[in-house]
Amino acid sequence: MLKKWAQKAFPKSLWVYHTNCAACNGCDIEIINVLTPYYDAERFGIKLVGSPRHADVLLVTGGVSRQIAPALRRLYAATPNPKLVLAIGSCACGGDVFYDSYTMYGGVDKVIPVNYYISGCPPRPEAILYGVAVALGLAPKKVAKEIIRDFPDSADIDVPMLDFHK
Amino acid sequence: MIVSKLKEAQICFSNLRVTLPYPFGPGAEVGEGFRGKIHVDAEKCVACGGCANVCPSRLIRFYDEGERTRMEFILDRCTYCGRCAEVCPEGAITMTQLFETATDDKTDLYIEQELYMLTCKRCGRCFETENAIDRIPTRRMRQGRNYVGASMPHGAPENAEGKR
Repeated sequence: MLKKWAQKAFPKSLWVYHTNCAACNGCDIEIINVLTPYYDAERFGIKLVGSPRHADVLLVTGGVSRQIAPALRRLYAATPNPKLVLAIGSCACGGDVFYDSYTMYGGVDKVIPVNYYISGCPPRPEAILYGVAVALGLAPKKVAKEIIRDFPDSADIDVPMLDFHK
Repeated sequence: MIVSKLKEAQICFSNLRVTLPYPFGPGAEVGEGFRGKIHVDAEKCVACGGCANVCPSRLIRFYDEGERTRMEFILDRCTYCGRCAEVCPEGAITMTQLFETATDDKTDLYIEQELYMLTCKRCGRCFETENAIDRIPTRRMRQGRNYVGASMPHGAPENAEGKR
């Protein structure tokens, strides 16, 4: 549904605004890499703009620190609707090694709603391009939740399930 | 000046197109030791907890629930450092070359694994997986079905090595 909505909302080009919310600059370098002729994200009409008011898409890197969180909220409010938020890198997706740090929120989705997650530390330029392609509905997503149960057939499994799941 | 411009033009024409066709075609080659999304093999895992011990993001969690051990891999914060694959004594965790982890749902980056634990006959504690017990070669330590592992074969295999 989100894919259809994205195709309807962004039929032509995506103008992206790139923001670093306490990232280590690794993901930012990969984003710049995507915009080079080698990967050439401008094929899809992707253009880096200098103001969130011109942008359709926010590329957010870094697990959001407490200092930058109000600025990120203002940035999100300043972006005109419809807008997409792409969390790029493991920090932005789930906080990476800083997930329980007292200075970090541990993930962009703790502060603003996120539409697409691109994991990686940093993600390859191809991974970022693939994320954009998934967002545009050009490619299917390749990861899925895995639940593996390795039980012998005759083992009685009447232990009640404990709800530790987050 | 003109010569340098000509040289530049020559380089541009000789290289032709440099843009990769990705994502509609193949991208740049993934190297041999590339560390992508982890893959867990439940057949090999002995639930030792070594991976949870070394993971810098603490994304591997073990829940000891009696006769089952539940392992959670919350991969959205995975650093892809490969330490878990490095310390795994059984090679149950491997780093695949899958880097296209883009998703619209964070729960897609999640692996849950439940392993059945055998019970020690003496103390009654569930202590080890079948995978580890299967490898003990001595007949004396496993006389028939001394442990509560219902799916285990009767007695040690005939070709058991190291019969002491």
